[in-house]
Amino acid sequence: MAYSDKVVEHYNNPRNVGSLDKNDPNVGTGLVGAPECGDVMKLQMKVNPQTQVIEEAKFKTFGCGSAIASSSLATEWVKGKTVEEALTIKNTDIVKELSLPPVKIHCSVLAEDAIKAALNDWKKKQGSDATAEQPAAAAQQ
Amino acid sequence: MAVKLPIYMDYHATTPVDPRVLEAMLPYFTNHFGNAASRNHPFGWAAEEAVENSRAQIARLIGATPKEIIFTSGATESDNLALKGIAEMYRERGNHIITQVTEHKAVLDTCKRLEKSGCEVTYLPVEKDGRINLDDLRRAITPKTILISIMYANNEIGVVQPIAEIGRIAKEKGVFFHVDGVQAVGKVPVDVQKDNIDLLSLSAHKMYGPKGVGALYVRRRNPRVQLAAIVDGGGHERGMRSGTLNVTGIVGFGKACELCQNEMTEESERLHRLCERLKDNLFGKLDEIFINGSMTHRLPHNLNISFAYVEGESLLMGINDVAVSSGSACTSATLEPSYVLKALGVGEDLAHTSIRFGLGRFNTQEEVDYVSERVIETVTRLRELSPLYEMAKEGVDLAKMQWSASSPAEH
Repeated sequence: MAYSDKVVEHYNNPRNVGSLDKNDPNVGTGLVGAPECGDVMKLQMKVNPQTQVIEEAKFKTFGCGSAIASSSLATEWVKGKTVEEALTIKNTDIVKELSLPPVKIHCSVLAEDAIKAALNDWKKKQGSDATAEQPAAAAQQ
Repeated sequence: MAVKLPIYMDYHATTPVDPRVLEAMLPYFTNHFGNAASRNHPFGWAAEEAVENSRAQIARLIGATPKEIIFTSGATESDNLALKGIAEMYRERGNHIITQVTEHKAVLDTCKRLEKSGCEVTYLPVEKDGRINLDDLRRAITPKTILISIMYANNEIGVVQPIAEIGRIAKEKGVFFHVDGVQAVGKVPVDVQKDNIDLLSLSAHKMYGPKGVGALYVRRRNPRVQLAAIVDGGGHERGMRSGTLNVTGIVGFGKACELCQNEMTEESERLHRLCERLKDNLFGKLDEIFINGSMTHRLPHNLNISFAYVEGESLLMGINDVAVSSGSACTSATLEPSYVLKALGVGEDLAHTSIRFGLGRFNTQEEVDYVSERVIETVTRLRELSPLYEMAKEGVDLAKMQWSASSPAEH
């Protein structure tokens, strides 16, 4: 299967690889997919509680090149956006940007799910006492 | 010495035609183009002589006689002919076939079709090492059993089945024994007499011959095996397979067999050493990698390794100047990981991380070292990128995690 240039570029130079402190009240963590399915994405975002702007985003992905590229692109896109703006990112935008073939659409769905899961986790933390410790809560949802 | 890229290490998929094979074939495209069935002029005679010479070369390699070799278009056709031909010919005697779960699709899908037309098929499981259990086989045989079909060696994991023992059991019970020998013939010694094989499927392009030609060995004595044809026509190949013979292909096939016979011992030792080197290189630098299938009952030129926490297709993408294949779902259209690895009890998570290395005649030690370096480098990089590797290092038990329910295949 031939990959689009953009997928190859993200695969070779993935943006924002790494992890943020999942216990930080301002960090939301999304972990989606399953190893048996061949794709697991972890997406983390640090949100400024005053401005609601996503100041940092990091990812780690187990999956094919298209899954890596989708999550890499997602971190690029959410950075600098507000939470509300980030939630409008659709998997179809990712498909278009990376020219994903039909068999790889699930990678973009997973990236959208990861954004939502991370921001849900962040919202949950905000809703509850912001200082409350929820170790690994996101990772086990 | 600099290696030439890309490197081919997927010899289970196909092999290049050996230049000596090509040389033998060339005159049969132009000068000796006759139809081997033309009995009344020298063009036909030359073609027929070449075909008979090849038949003898092939027969010699497997301990058969030339008349027992039926030419086909390849091993898929040979498997079809063996299974369907026996099922139809011996319908009166019984309708039960025994095979096993890691067979090639050419056998499994043929069995599925036969089931629709009234056959009963037992699919034996395999043990963790990829081999069937002989007690399971004995227990599966009924008075209705007409055929046992078990591959010599598996195309993904290179595991060699206990063929001689199966042959003995089949003979003792009076059941025909078909063997898909595609991956083994020409690589390890295969002898239809010693192993009591009644039908053996062969393919030229897996042994440095051309694509589009194969053969089925059909035993003529002790016992004599008869087959119902699945292709009707001019009655070629003792009526078992009609159609004008692919003379050039057959000439190449014969030459390929002769070369394998002469060079097999030396070649398999050399490839075994290269495989060991590849394994030692990888195991020396990477943790949490696992070999799939038995290491003792294995083709000398196969390695199938799971690189935990690194998805196979992304690994292939990272070593894009090396041609290998992956058991990952993403490399197939079905989104299902390898059914062979699944049958061994390899978890789907690890099946997604597997790579098949198939070494062959034209691989060198320099290539093995280059491939090792590239794999080590890419696995290390991708593990830095893998949330699973990070979690495992933190001590999270991945097997006990509640993963999000949505399956990618459902989207």
